[in-house]
Amino acid sequence: MTERISLTILMCLLSLGSYTIAESTTAKAADVKSPEEKTLSVDEIVNKTNHVAYYLGFDGRAKVKMTITDSQGRKRIREITMLRWDQPDPNQPKEGQRKDSTFCGEQKLYAFFDRPADVYKTVFMVWKHLGKDDDRWMYLPALDLVKRISATDKRTSFVGAHFFYEDVSGRNIDDDVHELVKTTKDYYVLKNTPKDPKLVEFSHFDMWIHRKSFIVVKTDYYDNQDKKYRTYEALEIKQIQGYPTVTKAKMTDLRTNGSTIAEYSNIKYEIGIPESIFTERYLRKPARRYLK
Amino acid sequence: MFFTKLKHIGLTGIAMTLLLLGAVVYAEEEPSLPAGLTSSQSQEEKQPSLPSGLGIEPVSPNEPGMEPSLPSGLKIAPSLGPTEEETVLEKNPWLDITGFWEVRSGYRLRNDEYEKDASIGETRLQLEMQKNIENFTFELTTDLYYDWVSENHSVNLERGEGFLDLREASVAYTPFDFMDLKLGRQILTWGTGDLIFINDLFPKDWQSFFIGRDTEYLKAPSDALKASFFTDLANIDVVYTPRFDSDRFITGDRISYWNGRKVAGTDDIVRTDKPDDWFDDDEWALRISKNAAGCELAAYSYWGYWKSPAGMDTSTFRYTFPELNVYGASARSQVGKGLGNIEIGYYDSRDDQSGDDPFIDNSQIRYLIGYEQDLPQIARDFTVGLQYYVEQMLHYGDYRRTLPAGKAAEEYRHLLTFRITKLYWNQNLTCSLFTYFSPSDKDVYMRPNINYKVNDNLAVEVGSNVFWGDYPHTFFGQFQNNTNVYVGLRYSF
Repeated sequence: MTERISLTILMCLLSLGSYTIAESTTAKAADVKSPEEKTLSVDEIVNKTNHVAYYLGFDGRAKVKMTITDSQGRKRIREITMLRWDQPDPNQPKEGQRKDSTFCGEQKLYAFFDRPADVYKTVFMVWKHLGKDDDRWMYLPALDLVKRISATDKRTSFVGAHFFYEDVSGRNIDDDVHELVKTTKDYYVLKNTPKDPKLVEFSHFDMWIHRKSFIVVKTDYYDNQDKKYRTYEALEIKQIQGYPTVTKAKMTDLRTNGSTIAEYSNIKYEIGIPESIFTERYLRKPARRYLK
Repeated sequence: MFFTKLKHIGLTGIAMTLLLLGAVVYAEEEPSLPAGLTSSQSQEEKQPSLPSGLGIEPVSPNEPGMEPSLPSGLKIAPSLGPTEEETVLEKNPWLDITGFWEVRSGYRLRNDEYEKDASIGETRLQLEMQKNIENFTFELTTDLYYDWVSENHSVNLERGEGFLDLREASVAYTPFDFMDLKLGRQILTWGTGDLIFINDLFPKDWQSFFIGRDTEYLKAPSDALKASFFTDLANIDVVYTPRFDSDRFITGDRISYWNGRKVAGTDDIVRTDKPDDWFDDDEWALRISKNAAGCELAAYSYWGYWKSPAGMDTSTFRYTFPELNVYGASARSQVGKGLGNIEIGYYDSRDDQSGDDPFIDNSQIRYLIGYEQDLPQIARDFTVGLQYYVEQMLHYGDYRRTLPAGKAAEEYRHLLTFRITKLYWNQNLTCSLFTYFSPSDKDVYMRPNINYKVNDNLAVEVGSNVFWGDYPHTFFGQFQNNTNVYVGLRYSF
């Protein structure tokens, strides 16, 4: 039982950040007129996109419902409540740390499983690092066991969904070579080629990034035969506390036609979640105050 | 596989592919904006915002390689986008009830002259209730079950026998920011081993483990008070058990065992003399732990009794639970591409510190080193774990010198464990194998298991407990005739 849950769950925690998308300063950058806008370098686009995808509002909470549909149309539901904490920018004075909106530091994430019933009260925790592998734990309530989870394999399914761990936690932007292929009236189209193709199953992936908000609207993954086999789509965006946030997204496996729809609700940013929540103490005793 | 493909294609191939990609892939594939994102054009031309659900261009977002339409919420200016309705909190039920219903059946694969052919045959309803009032959390987990293999259906809450196993009946309270308390019946676990316990001296249910119940039943509940203190320097957990909670050890009732002379079972039920005076025969367990940037360090102490019989009263021929203190430490961290753990414990057998009492187990030092890693190079969702464990008997010379006739134990018991787990079918099918192998005892215990989640509520599993050994007196070898296979069906709600 332990192993089953562990692998299944291991991908989970980071996702709060990944789909809570907002524009903050990036939107301002996009508001400038087109000639200036064009001066954005590829690196700037990549960084803004990364920030918008994973780092809005210094902390946050969301309830995520994943509907997994397999190739035969069978559905399974996962419901997870997630908390996110961002490392403050150490180069900023203390008052300014929480206001900075370009710093992409380390993160801590906490995911409490509501459904399915057999994993209810299971908690998954990640300390997301930049220069090394993340630290991950899982708490199994029936055994009162705080289990450490090994997770070298980032491109494996997250809780049985079609999202990979890396899709929800964010792929390190330094792992790929980024190329601005074209700019349309709405999108920057970035082609991302892995620096080490041995570690991944794709030959490259293309991102359609909304120019005003830096939200990734679509990502297509291509295999070695240059055949598209996997697609991510943002289906719905809502304004939450001023941050445009992806509230519905879909990942499709084009080979099997299976897909997963992730819906986000009960979203709140800048709650003031203490860093101490992301410790063994609150694995054993759920942080109810911040989960509701 | 990927490597091979790469070699075939070669670097030139890759370069050409990349060039081609640039030329081919990006022609006329622009997605339309999804709802919620603004089209620059529509704003520049001051057109009315598009209603949610309609794209800028009549392009299906599902068309491969095509530009997506803006999702809902991006079609109009973000500042004017729909705001989420005030977060609607789900109504908390007055009482939170969850649980499962399970049927499980298993049979011995070898003939055991002292035990029934059926190893397990039970139906079980677990109800888990939780209620939060102010700063208090009340938890009650009850297992109602009937096992038609067992002949004893009268309830014994200590041993979990009868038709009721009370797993949890506790109240948790946080009196201060830096302190948690939990009082009552509870499952307690700490330490770093995978199905090996050194500093975790909370009760185990070996019988459940061997007859094929879910792994969660390996942990038996404690009736205790747990106080935890959280400071910047370290965290401290103190567990006080006012009356000794032993393991649910092998008695011969369901599992045959080596009784010192032969393999026995129902013909020789283990009779014990257990310390059972409230507040006198008590247990203390202490852990001081620190998570230093992902490296988990801990020091442990335990003052109590051997958890399973480790002595004999020669006047009554009853097994006893001699006094035991344990001092240990552990560390767990990422190592290379995987996880590493080490743990050590000094078992101070208080009633036989010189090791010359043949009727009480000697002191020991127990060592464990483990490593676990994903192996995506071999397969997706594939994990392998390896542990090496050593039990060193202290005062071995005195043990040999005073040993009455019978098989002597080795000074060092070496044990290796292997865990292999592979998931299939969107992680709904789990195949796992956990193996204990002792090169010194020359015995093996394997736990293969296949579990399939039919849907979000229903799971079926089949598994086995395979014991094998060269000698009938070794740790796993004695259980050889208990080798069994089981099937289970669980409906969770």
